[in-house]
Amino acid sequence: MNSQVFRLTLPILFGYIPLGMAFGVLFTTQLDYAWWAAPLMGLVIYAGAGQILAVSLLAASAGMLEVFIAMFVLNARHLFFGLSLLGQFRGAGWRKLYLIFGLTDETYSMLTTRIRSHDKAHEQDIDFRITAFNQVYWVIGCTLGAVLGRNVVFDSTGIEFALVALFIVLTIEQLKALGDAFPVWTGAAAAGVAMILLPAAHQLIGAIAIVTAVLLLQYRSMRSRSGTESSHV
Amino acid sequence: MSDTTYLIAFITVSAVATFATRIIPFLFFERHTEHPLIKHLGRYLPAAVMALLATVFLQRSADWSATVPGLDAILAGALVVIVHLWRRNALLSIAAGTAAYMLIRQTGILESGVVG
Repeated sequence: MNSQVFRLTLPILFGYIPLGMAFGVLFTTQLDYAWWAAPLMGLVIYAGAGQILAVSLLAASAGMLEVFIAMFVLNARHLFFGLSLLGQFRGAGWRKLYLIFGLTDETYSMLTTRIRSHDKAHEQDIDFRITAFNQVYWVIGCTLGAVLGRNVVFDSTGIEFALVALFIVLTIEQLKALGDAFPVWTGAAAAGVAMILLPAAHQLIGAIAIVTAVLLLQYRSMRSRSGTESSHV
Repeated sequence: MSDTTYLIAFITVSAVATFATRIIPFLFFERHTEHPLIKHLGRYLPAAVMALLATVFLQRSADWSATVPGLDAILAGALVVIVHLWRRNALLSIAAGTAAYMLIRQTGILESGVVG
């Protein structure tokens, strides 16, 4: 099973190691803290953009309230991820907290797109392994970057495109599985609107808020059409 | 506060804030798993989120100061779509697109003379 999970998560390995390294290099070259704090952050915070933001907050010796708000706002898009995984994670027992903890953009993408059998316990076990493998790649990247610092020799410029490619592939898979292009176009259009109107740091949350609002409206219009509107608020 | 104390406090607060964003839906909506609205979101939200992540990160990986702005990301992204529709092998599509993007970036063939 682990080799199957490894194959499934390979694209994330190609994305997370260089990105984790980018964070590690940034951490050791910008700050005076011990190198091990970088992998520690990958272990307990585990958020790509969040950790890069953390470097600038550390450099500025930001206050704790400021840190909390900044990290919460930057990661606020994750608030919406759980909504589509409530049923999938139900009954996962001790694994559930870790599944929730490890819900990065990439893990969320994998877990919601892959084909699932009816054996729920088995699928949750695979979800758990996918989440753990992904975090291992991330922590390895953070460690390598922090230890090597500026001495990174391999020219891996552009390898982080693996994550963009992964999102494209998963969009196609979602499209084929749903047989309905509406959510895909809504997502792309919402991203377009957010990119035009908002600064980079708020584009993802802005786009997800737009998408959720559109899906709510779609839900309401579907319900009013099917004439069962009165039963729920 | 000493440096190490500050660092530990910083990491703890960051970890709690990040975890909070991930666990809140499970704390507040767990009882409503079977609600038709939650099911509706569960069905359509992933596709929409995937499309918006692809769009935002594709835009960010593009070089908008090149001779043809954004061509590097558009070419690599189009290659991913074509290879994926052709063979439907996720790893192959991702490898092809990433290799193309790395080649374009590292050789600088699409950059403008000014940026060089």
